[in-house]
Amino acid sequence: MIECKHISKIYKSPSVESGQSIETSALKDVSFKVANGEFVAIMGPSGSGKSTLMHILGALDTPSKGEYLLDGQNVSNLSDDDLADIRKNKIGFVFQSFNLLPRATALRNVTLPLVYSDTKKEEREKKAKEALLSSGLDEAHFNHLSNQLSGGQMQRVAIARALVNNPALILADEPTGNLDSKTGEIVLATFKKLNKIQGRTIILITHEKEVAQHANRIIHIKDGQIENSST
Amino acid sequence: MTISDLIHETYSALVANKVRSGLTVLGIVIGIGSVIAMIAIGQGSQQTIQDNIESLGSNLILVMPGAQRGIGMQISQGRGSSQTLTIEDALAVSQEASLANGVAPELSGRYQVTAKGTNTNTSVIGTTSAYPLIRNVQIFDGSFITDQQITSKSKVAVLGPTVRDDLFSADSDPIGQSIRIKNIEFKVIGVTKAKGGSGFSNQDDTIFIPITTNQQFLAGSDRVSTISVQAKEQKSMAQLQEQITEILLVRHNISDPSLADFSTLNQTDIVSAASSVTKTFTILLGSVAAISLIVGGIGIMNMMLTTVTERTREIGLRKAIGAKKKDVNLQFLTEAVALTFLGGIIGIIMGWLISFGVHYFADIATKVSVTSILLAFGVSGSIGVLFGYYPAKRASGLNPIEALRYE
Repeated sequence: MIECKHISKIYKSPSVESGQSIETSALKDVSFKVANGEFVAIMGPSGSGKSTLMHILGALDTPSKGEYLLDGQNVSNLSDDDLADIRKNKIGFVFQSFNLLPRATALRNVTLPLVYSDTKKEEREKKAKEALLSSGLDEAHFNHLSNQLSGGQMQRVAIARALVNNPALILADEPTGNLDSKTGEIVLATFKKLNKIQGRTIILITHEKEVAQHANRIIHIKDGQIENSST
Repeated sequence: MTISDLIHETYSALVANKVRSGLTVLGIVIGIGSVIAMIAIGQGSQQTIQDNIESLGSNLILVMPGAQRGIGMQISQGRGSSQTLTIEDALAVSQEASLANGVAPELSGRYQVTAKGTNTNTSVIGTTSAYPLIRNVQIFDGSFITDQQITSKSKVAVLGPTVRDDLFSADSDPIGQSIRIKNIEFKVIGVTKAKGGSGFSNQDDTIFIPITTNQQFLAGSDRVSTISVQAKEQKSMAQLQEQITEILLVRHNISDPSLADFSTLNQTDIVSAASSVTKTFTILLGSVAAISLIVGGIGIMNMMLTTVTERTREIGLRKAIGAKKKDVNLQFLTEAVALTFLGGIIGIIMGWLISFGVHYFADIATKVSVTSILLAFGVSGSIGVLFGYYPAKRASGLNPIEALRYE
């Protein structure tokens, strides 16, 4: 279960004119809950603070004020290395630009998180294959280099990589942004399936209404504040 | 992250940029290779010089006419050519110096020597029967000069192997043949064994004759040019040197040792003087080579910084999926160390080949020591750590959010 309690994020940047620091509020008093097994979309235009929110939800960054509870654990005031542990054990990322290692095979890309979680060698391949199958990649492509795959295939490899550690939360940041609408549909269908069949908790961040509509619930965000939640 | 993961990552990263990795390794190869080769040349010549000095005999003290000389300083303070030592001095030393094992006076000079139709210009040493023992000369064929021949001032000669080759031929038997030194006929009674050694003091290119014969027929003087004294053991050499000085001062009626009309040279002093010269020479060569090693290390750093920049997104991703600072740090440090270590291994092989080539083509003695190989391994590894540290630190310090956004 995920709970955000009055989260604010303030960035400080030095002003060119006065030399004093200017405070920019990216998030203002954001509170919401996501239950286990939910498929939620966070939607908002660019500059709305949704990227900042994703960074906090993904334990890449910590809030300036407020508390963030992930799977019952307070993630608000952890050190860099502790945050890395949280990301390793509880979060799977899917990025807009896939971020696969270009010189490695699909299988190798999916085993990468297992390398850092000290999984035994024999188990890695088994787990990676399971993840790739549930993300819908054809078995024929398992040993292809990732830069030889199509965009849709690449994003499935990325989804498999997010799944392989069996995380509490899958965070997808504009997962269809670099795909054409048809492949985008297939990727979104994969998320839906994972949510329905495997009961995965998924948070989808997007600025497109059509994409957000695939989720069970949409959280609208604008100017760093939650406008309203709709189901 | 296990060691095999680390090796796998490193291998795939280095293979991905074969040309760049190769060129960077080349810098280290040249550095390590030249260090190995230069030290081999330095140590080889040190060995050669030491062997040369040792081949003169062991535990030697040389007494020479003229004033005291410092080591390596050939300033004779105006008395350099004085001829103050006699056979009687040598005799007195051998009788009175209790620590001496043997004494051999010598009188040497260069003369034109002829045999049937051949001739050479070589050094002729007049000496006594004690010489072979003290100066480590062995007889190959025939015999050395006897005491009887010295008393009777016989015109007999013992040839060094080089002289034999020059005057007769390599496999001929010159014993019983005659040669002419300064147009005086001598009978060959022996040939010495080859000692090797070149340049510094080639004892193979020498003719030995009785010292008395030399004094009377060739030099026309009753003086000697050197008295070689061998100590019974190495630790008593300094003491023996004092004994000799005392004996000769008394014999020459000189009360102030600083006004002595002769000088003594201790062989260990010569060895240490010569080896300090070659040591400096080795350090000089080694440090020139070390500079190229540092340049190679800078090459490693340059490549690693480029790699870190190129792989910013990859680093961001690795951090996003749970890599800790130390994981990223270790990965890039291993890459740098792998490069330098590989360079080190190839460099050692190359240095070995170079020193072999120098020995083969330029006929300079070289010696690749185990120490220098271990040193090269250690140095190449530490260069990797030293020059890989900063790029690795930069990689591990990247903010994952910014790294993922990096275009």
